Amino acid sequence: MTTQVMAQRELQIRCEDDIVLVRQAVRVMAQQLGFDAFATAAVTTAASELARNVWTHAGGGSALLEEIRLAGRRGVRMHFRDQGPGIADLGRALAGGFSTARSLGLGLSGSKRLVDEFNVESTVGKGTVVVVAKWARFSSTTG
Amino acid sequence: MTASVTAGGKPRSAIPVLRVGDTLLVTVQIELHDAVADAFQEDLLVTIEKTGARGLIIDITGLDMVDSYVARVLADTGRMARLMGTDTVLVGMRPEVAATLVRMGYGMEGVRTALNVDEGLGLLHTLQG
Repeated sequence: MTTQVMAQRELQIRCEDDIVLVRQAVRVMAQQLGFDAFATAAVTTAASELARNVWTHAGGGSALLEEIRLAGRRGVRMHFRDQGPGIADLGRALAGGFSTARSLGLGLSGSKRLVDEFNVESTVGKGTVVVVAKWARFSSTTG
Repeated sequence: MTASVTAGGKPRSAIPVLRVGDTLLVTVQIELHDAVADAFQEDLLVTIEKTGARGLIIDITGLDMVDSYVARVLADTGRMARLMGTDTVLVGMRPEVAATLVRMGYGMEGVRTALNVDEGLGLLHTLQG
């Protein structure tokens, strides 16, 4: 069984205010899919961290937001892409507490703990793609 | 990435500050995003100086999302106020916000918290003897 994409929306991250727009779009999507308050806060916060990474480390990029479905479960998948400097030491970045910019260094490691699926690919000098997914908790009233 | 701000003596962050006795009560309801954060802190510090407030309560009941950036802004604001001699209590954090912050690995250590404004005022009175 493969994951179906039910709807998608791409947002550009060109200024700091775009981070707010990304997380607002994610919040609306999560609420429409029946995410509870905890899952909504988790996925919205992860979106905010990852969008901020794109802005802070690469000076911009994009966020592709997808409403996904697999075996009756619904979820949100987000692809954050940038053409920034890339991450030389991915292991260290994922361990947390590592940052060269003005942040807590929790962007990658923190958001990883908030989602169900997490994948990052980064090439030095080319850029970074982070793909994460969060599923709604299974409930008989949704889906 | 620089933004020029024309202050003109007017609050720039548009976050209302209420004075209750010798305590300032700030209710954060709007998205405390990047451009607003610095102005918020600076306006607040100036208000502390002007009013001689001994305590500061930051009410975040209205925030359904606090990312690491906003968490740091809030914690830093308390540290700045502390340097001036004013105690800060963060109140009204929602359950989903608390869960998310701790799961991310940010427990906001060193930040005084209380369930709500009443409890916050009580805590400040205890602190100030």
